[in-house]
Amino acid sequence: MSSKEKILAAVLENQPQLTPLPDIGIFKGKDQDIVQKYSDTFTSIGGRVFLVDGIAAVKAIIIEQFDINKRIITTLPQLDDTAELYSSRVDPHTFDDVELAVIKAQLAVAENGAVWLTEQLMGQRILPYICQHLAVIVSAESFVPTMHEAYTHLGVGQYGFGAFIGGPSKTADIEQSLVMGAHGPITMTVFVLKENINGQE
Amino acid sequence: MIQNRTKDHAALAEDFIKDEKRVDWHDGALWWIRQKRDKVAKQIPEWEDLREAASLIKSNVLSNLHDYLLQFEANATKNGIKVHWAADAKEHNEIVYSILKAKEIKQMVKSKSMLTEECHLNEYLLERGIEVVNSDLGEYIQQLAKEPPSHIVLPCIHKRKEEIGELFHEHLGSEKGESDPTILTRTARKHLRDVFLTRRGALTGVNFAVAETGEFVVCTNEGNADMGAHLSDVHIASMGIEKLIPQKKHLGVFLRLLARSATGQPITIYSSHFKKPRQGQEMHIILVDHGRSRQLGRVDFRNSLKCIRCGACMNTCPVYRKSGGHSYHNTIAGPIGAILAPNLDMKKHADLPFASTLCGSCSNVCPVKIDIHDQLYKWRQVIVKEGYVAKTKTIGMKAMAWTLSSPDSYTAAGKVGRWVLKNTPFAVNNKLNPWYKQRDMPGAPKESFEEWYAKNDLKGKS
Repeated sequence: MSSKEKILAAVLENQPQLTPLPDIGIFKGKDQDIVQKYSDTFTSIGGRVFLVDGIAAVKAIIIEQFDINKRIITTLPQLDDTAELYSSRVDPHTFDDVELAVIKAQLAVAENGAVWLTEQLMGQRILPYICQHLAVIVSAESFVPTMHEAYTHLGVGQYGFGAFIGGPSKTADIEQSLVMGAHGPITMTVFVLKENINGQE
Repeated sequence: MIQNRTKDHAALAEDFIKDEKRVDWHDGALWWIRQKRDKVAKQIPEWEDLREAASLIKSNVLSNLHDYLLQFEANATKNGIKVHWAADAKEHNEIVYSILKAKEIKQMVKSKSMLTEECHLNEYLLERGIEVVNSDLGEYIQQLAKEPPSHIVLPCIHKRKEEIGELFHEHLGSEKGESDPTILTRTARKHLRDVFLTRRGALTGVNFAVAETGEFVVCTNEGNADMGAHLSDVHIASMGIEKLIPQKKHLGVFLRLLARSATGQPITIYSSHFKKPRQGQEMHIILVDHGRSRQLGRVDFRNSLKCIRCGACMNTCPVYRKSGGHSYHNTIAGPIGAILAPNLDMKKHADLPFASTLCGSCSNVCPVKIDIHDQLYKWRQVIVKEGYVAKTKTIGMKAMAWTLSSPDSYTAAGKVGRWVLKNTPFAVNNKLNPWYKQRDMPGAPKESFEEWYAKNDLKGKS
């Protein structure tokens, strides 16, 4: 008998009688002041939020807040005059010297400050992790109150890799002292783009 | 990293509490985390309903694990992930070795995985010429110290920053006497970045695996799992078979509970969903049993398999906080470790279910509502019945059972006890009486309640 057969036989023998799954449709968050709630949560985690009217404002803040003499890389063609456009073909190790990565997120979750990014939006999987600073652009229409709405929006999803990212890389392993930038980004900035708002605050 | 197995929990705890200042700090730091957990939990009105839902989802998983395992395997395979099955620790280690060997990989970077600690993977690979670096900062520190983690979420919570500074000075060449957490973290960051950039093999743990989609989720705050996995040629993920969940939407429930219960954060910084290997990368999943199917068959203890490894039961446990994780001489310490360990080796871990006050705080904070303290109590019954309990405890229990069995023996024992405490206190206030340790024996009352009652004849007066 193979290990697979052995394990499955033991599990089948020992598992209890089938019990039903609970209805988790009852869990719903509130849509009110959702961007503000997100902003409060994300700021408390140690992130920065900028509400911006358009890409021009994003550029201005990048120039003001980051060292543009260092390598800035983006997946957004609209930013190609401020940053270098990523390549999906290069070895991911070559991103080691990236100071700032600017990428787009599909949605943002108000209750915990996390944004959802798929591999397609990241350009390369390593990009949001290897950079010294991470900036994410998310449309004001793409905010959801809780993780339940987030997963409803995502569905099964067409991606090889996807992630919620909820702040700068951090650790408190040394005496519970919070330190930003354990391995990945030391800071994380979220730009909330008001451009596509339809009657929402 | 083989632990001292000649001492039991009480003896190891005794070693830990010798350093009173350390114990006070340890106790306070963990309680602070427990309070952070309470604060964020209270911000969610539906918190208790979420716990209930999580518990019921896990009940369903355990009741249908056979089919979910097959469903997961089929979907993961379709996604291009190679799925392996390991009956025990030995087979798990052999599979990891064979994957690395086929790729001629001699160095591997590993993110936090309690399962591989349980399997003693690092030692196994080292004996075969493969070096492993643990990349979670706390685990990295523990690896430098040649000690296992003392907490599943906070691996070096028992260490003071000065000790970590000393380790970094010795191994990483940091300034002698440097103990600033930010400076020490930056030192490790520099060294570990070099590790991430040079390792072709990466191993991660798994927090949740979704049967419906064949993807698995890894949660970290540091981003170390991602740094390792996305730069590697080969990504191996090791998971216990109980880590499955039925559908992707169930992640919403568990990700809301996990970090809040663990550290009081609304979510871990990174919740990474691995579904397919990167172009040109190999991705493997090892499904490990190692006693889990046996625990599934133990009606009283199967719910322990619901555990999502948040560590809340440790942070709240008055015994854990004062005795330290290493006193449990098991990969998973604390209350949950004490109900998981006897399944693996009842004799070796016979002391652990007794390392509890049965106060029930663990069960109250558990995000998947495991009846931890009830199981601790039930394990005690099993262990005594199987004859694994220490002789002194058995004799004491038998004497107590005889004393309490009849009013005459109870009255006589009371008299003797009072006389001894009053006239010869040295007979009980000595090292031979385990109860006397860290406690003062009470002063003896002049008479028993029965004698007092008879003298005052309250019955006649009322």
